Order: sequence, then C-alpha cells, then structure tokens
Amino acid sequence: MATKAPKNPHDKHPLSKRVLREWLHGYLFLLPWIFGVSVFFVYAMVRSLIFSFTDVQIGGEAGLTITALANPWQNYIDVFTTEVNFPITLGSFALSLVLQLPIIISFSLIIALLLNSKIKARGLFRMIFFLPVIIATGPVMNMLTAQGVASVPMMADMTSLLGALPQFLLDPLTDLFNNLIVILWNAGIQILIFLSGLQKVSKTLYEAAKIDGASGWESFWKITLPIVKPMILLNSIYTVVTLATGGTNEIIELIYTVTNAPTKGYEYGMAMSWIYTLIIGVILVIVFLLFKEKSDKKVVYEKRRVTLR
Amino acid sequence: MKFNLPPKGARKDYFKKVFFGSNEKRGVVMSIVVYVLLITIAFIYLYPVLYMFSRSLMSSKDLLDSSAKWIPSSITGQNYRDAIATLDYWNSLWKNVQIAVIPTILQVFVCSMVGYGFARYKFPGKTLWMGILILSFLLPSQTIDMPNYLLFQNLKMMDGSLKPFIFLAAVGQGFKSTLCILIFFNFHRQVPQSLIEAAEIDGADHFKAYFQIAIPLSMAAIVCVTLFSLVWYWNETYLVRTYLGYGHTRAKGLTTLMIELQKFEDSYNVTFDARASSVTSTNKLNDAIKMAGTMLSIAPLLLLYLVLQKQFVESVDRAGITGE
Repeated sequence: MATKAPKNPHDKHPLSKRVLREWLHGYLFLLPWIFGVSVFFVYAMVRSLIFSFTDVQIGGEAGLTITALANPWQNYIDVFTTEVNFPITLGSFALSLVLQLPIIISFSLIIALLLNSKIKARGLFRMIFFLPVIIATGPVMNMLTAQGVASVPMMADMTSLLGALPQFLLDPLTDLFNNLIVILWNAGIQILIFLSGLQKVSKTLYEAAKIDGASGWESFWKITLPIVKPMILLNSIYTVVTLATGGTNEIIELIYTVTNAPTKGYEYGMAMSWIYTLIIGVILVIVFLLFKEKSDKKVVYEKRRVTLR
Repeated sequence: MKFNLPPKGARKDYFKKVFFGSNEKRGVVMSIVVYVLLITIAFIYLYPVLYMFSRSLMSSKDLLDSSAKWIPSSITGQNYRDAIATLDYWNSLWKNVQIAVIPTILQVFVCSMVGYGFARYKFPGKTLWMGILILSFLLPSQTIDMPNYLLFQNLKMMDGSLKPFIFLAAVGQGFKSTLCILIFFNFHRQVPQSLIEAAEIDGADHFKAYFQIAIPLSMAAIVCVTLFSLVWYWNETYLVRTYLGYGHTRAKGLTTLMIELQKFEDSYNVTFDARASSVTSTNKLNDAIKMAGTMLSIAPLLLLYLVLQKQFVESVDRAGITGE
C-alpha cells in the first residue's frame, strides 16, 4: 500500500489518502489510552463533581442513590463548618508548600552548581543525592520522623533563635527546621534537572565573560541564572505536583479517611478533594506567573512548555 | 611530589594563585570549600540511612545506653529475625514483586505507543487530547479514585486480585502513566522523522515502523520508564489500599512491604502476642526492631539501585525529561 513517490506527509492536500492514513494511525496508536482516559478520567471527574454537589447513599451491592441537595453547595459549606480539621490542615499544608518550594529549588540549584564544578567522584555524590528518590516513601518517612532523624542535629539550636517571631509564622518555621532532611530528600530529581541544564551551557560563554573582566559572581547572575530560569519553572511545577500528591501528605490521608468513613463519606471526600485541587491550581498558576519567560521569547517558551508536560 | 617554585620575587603571586585561584584555575581554598560543602550535604542525605542501619543492629541494652549512640557494642541479628516475622517478609515480598512487575510491563508497553502516537502523527483533535493529558497529570488523583473504585465494584473486579491494576495499566491509566507518556512523547519527538518516514515509504506499514525502528531507537526512554515505574509501583500505598485492599487479611489479599511497614506495630503485637503483653520491657517492640523492619522493606529497592544506579541516574538525563 506504499505510495511510490516520496511525498511530504504534511502536504496540505485536503483529505488525500495519505493524510487520512495519518489520522487513522494517530488514533490507532492512541486508542487504548483514549478509551482509558475517557472512562477513568473524564467520566470519573464528571461523576466526582456530581457527587460533590449531591447526597450520595451507598446501599448494598453497588446500589447507588444520588439525591439532589436543597442547597447544592451544602457539602462544600459543611466541609468548612463541621470538619474542623480540614481548613486547618489545608492552611498549614499550603503554607508549608510555599515555604518548602524556595528551599527545595535553591538547594537543588546549589547542589547542582557544586556538582557541575570540576570535582572528583561526581558519580558517587550524584548517586547519594539521588538515593532518596528511590527509597523515600510515606511509611519510611513516618518511621524516620518518629525516630527524630528527620532533622539535622544542630538545627534544634537554630529554632531557639526564632523565638521572637509571631506564633503563626513560628510554627511552620520550626516545622521546617525539624524536617529539613525530609525536605532535602525531596530534591533528588530537581538536582538532576538543574545539573543537566548546567552541563549544556557552553564554556565559551564564561570564557568570554572572563575576558571582559566579569567575576565568578557576576557570571552567575548574568549567565547561569538566566539560562537556568526555565528549569526553575519546570522544577517548581514538578515540586508542587509531587508534594501535592506525595505520600507524606496529611490532606490526602484526611481525604482517604473521610471518604471511607461509614457515614456521609463520598460527597464530603469529593468536595474536599475539589477544594484541594483548586488550591493546588492557584499555587501552580502563581508559580507559573512568577517564573514564566517574557513574551518575546515565545518560541523558546513553547519548546519548554512541551517539556513540562 | 616535586615543587617547582618560581624565583623569589614572584613567589608571593604564585602562592596567591595556588590558594585563591586565578581567572583560569580554581584555587585550593575554593576547592576545599566545594568539597567540604559536598561532603557535609552528602552526610546530611545519608544520615537517616546510616542511623537506621546502625540502630537496626543494636540490642535493646544498647538502645538505652547513650554511649553507644552510633556503634553497637555487640551486633545482633535478632531484630531482623523479629522484623521478618512481623512483616511476613518473604510472602509480602513476593506479592510486592507481582504488584510492581506486572503493571509495569503493561504500562511501559502502552505508554510507549501513546507517546509515539502523540509525537509522530498529526490528526484532528490532537490539541484536545493533549490538553486532557496534561490535565490528568496535574489533577490530584484523589478526585477520581472514588468514582473509579465504584466503577470497578460494578464490574465485579474488586475481589482483592490484581485485576483493577492490570486493567488500569493496560489503558494507560496506571500509576503515573501520564508522566510515562510524556517522557516517551518527549523522546520520540527528538527522533528524526525522516528515519521513520523512510521506512514507511519503503513499504513497511506504520506498526512495523514503530516496532522495528522507533522502539530500538527509544531504548533509553524504555529503561528510564521501566525503572521508575517499578519504583513507583513498589512504593505505592494509596492506590493499593484503594483498589486491592478488599481482602485485607494477609493470607488472601495482596499487600506491599510499605503497607506492612505502615501497620508494623499492630502486626508485631499480633505476631508476638505473648511478648507484647509481658511486663518485662526487654521483649517489647523497640526502635531497633522498627528500624530493622524499615531497613528490610527498602532493602530490595536499595539493592536494585546499587546495581543499576548508573542506569537510574543517566536515564533521567538521556530520556529527555529535562527538556532540550
């Protein structure tokens, strides 16, 4: 069935046999996923939205009755008024996410810069920094935190220096110091992403800057940082998404418990998870606006956006 | 070592150059700073693992003795024996291998095809599907897990077997499938189209071109996705509890080492009923046993990582996650 003449496949010959075959094969390759995403993502999402606005009763073998609520927003209101833990947990989670993000990003950048300089045993160090990606999971982290090894020994003294701060800031900060290792353990992938970005920077750029009399400090701000900036965006989004869906996350635990509670579970859990989704979405948008590139670099940006996906 | 010192007059400049560096070379001081920083950070990273390992070998006497903070006075294997019994180790390990390996194989196969389809072909509605793909990456899965659970219950698939996991992986909706698809998409986008088009023109049909040319070319991405998918499935607890937790009793249902670790304390009390209720504190569940249990549950992955660490680290680079 092969066409004899080597034609350009993107030839805009409307609905030629060739174009049709392209379409068909595109869909053939995607077929399992299209089925899966339609049923287990789109349909599930719509159902979950409906659940969150109604009263769901589960009776017997998969008997599901959905009754409309007098006030469709009732579940959302109830989540905030009756589930006392939820707003508090949500608030402290959002705050700790905002605090952790710059730490993880700046720390992984520093480690990547150190690794990128001329050193021996780079492979060994890289292996150590990447280790937590493999072994850090919810249960393991809980075990370690319970042992008190999640904090660097000297850090306990540091917290006493913060005594003058108001309570609402003090709590998350002490939390931060007490869990410093846990936070750093979340930086494995980010280090690699920065490192591979740094290794692509041409050496001649730095040489030229040196000849012009720039110090190492100036080269960092004027060359390294602008080049690394799109990776900061990539890493930030990656960090937010992994932290938001990760195993040590209290909100996910809470949603799981509420959803599986014997009475009035599903609609509550769904309402909670939609509020949670909204908060994550807002944080992602803020991160995106902070680190996105200027519009005159639109082509580069388009390329980077693909990477993000 | 031989020192070739410059003449007296220039010595001051020479030492300054060696210690503080010049425009061309980093000085000794700077090198020391870099190494000290790296070693400190590496120690902070390894600290929990080292602590865990040393604790797991301690007898209960050592635990209370503050002088034996790091090095046990005598090495005991009892903690590991207790932890193996508590975790029901070999049984849980075997079940964990099933949970990790079978969905991974399906996931790699399907995600590779989907990623290739997105990268290679142009078709109407592509933007829409791409949008859905990204949305499914960003949305926390908690919003959709419950409806899916109900769906599987309707399909009578929730019998404590691996069926829901297999089914989800086979339609590209497994654990972190979206990320896998994106990795493949990114990789196949960088493969020169002309290679594949040439094969198609030569008479190979589209699937032949995919299996004979695209797959061998994308080995780096396949290694990357396979390794990470194994790790993700191995460590997953939330979905295992949701979809496979039906027959939660250990004898029947599927379990993972992570889930067993989560309920370590309860299992210990059941396994060593007599000991737990005895008054003498020496036989109670102590930190050393807990650390031995944690060590055991990460041991298989640790081993895999030590053997394949190069593939792990480099595949991230080569699979183009980092973007070109």
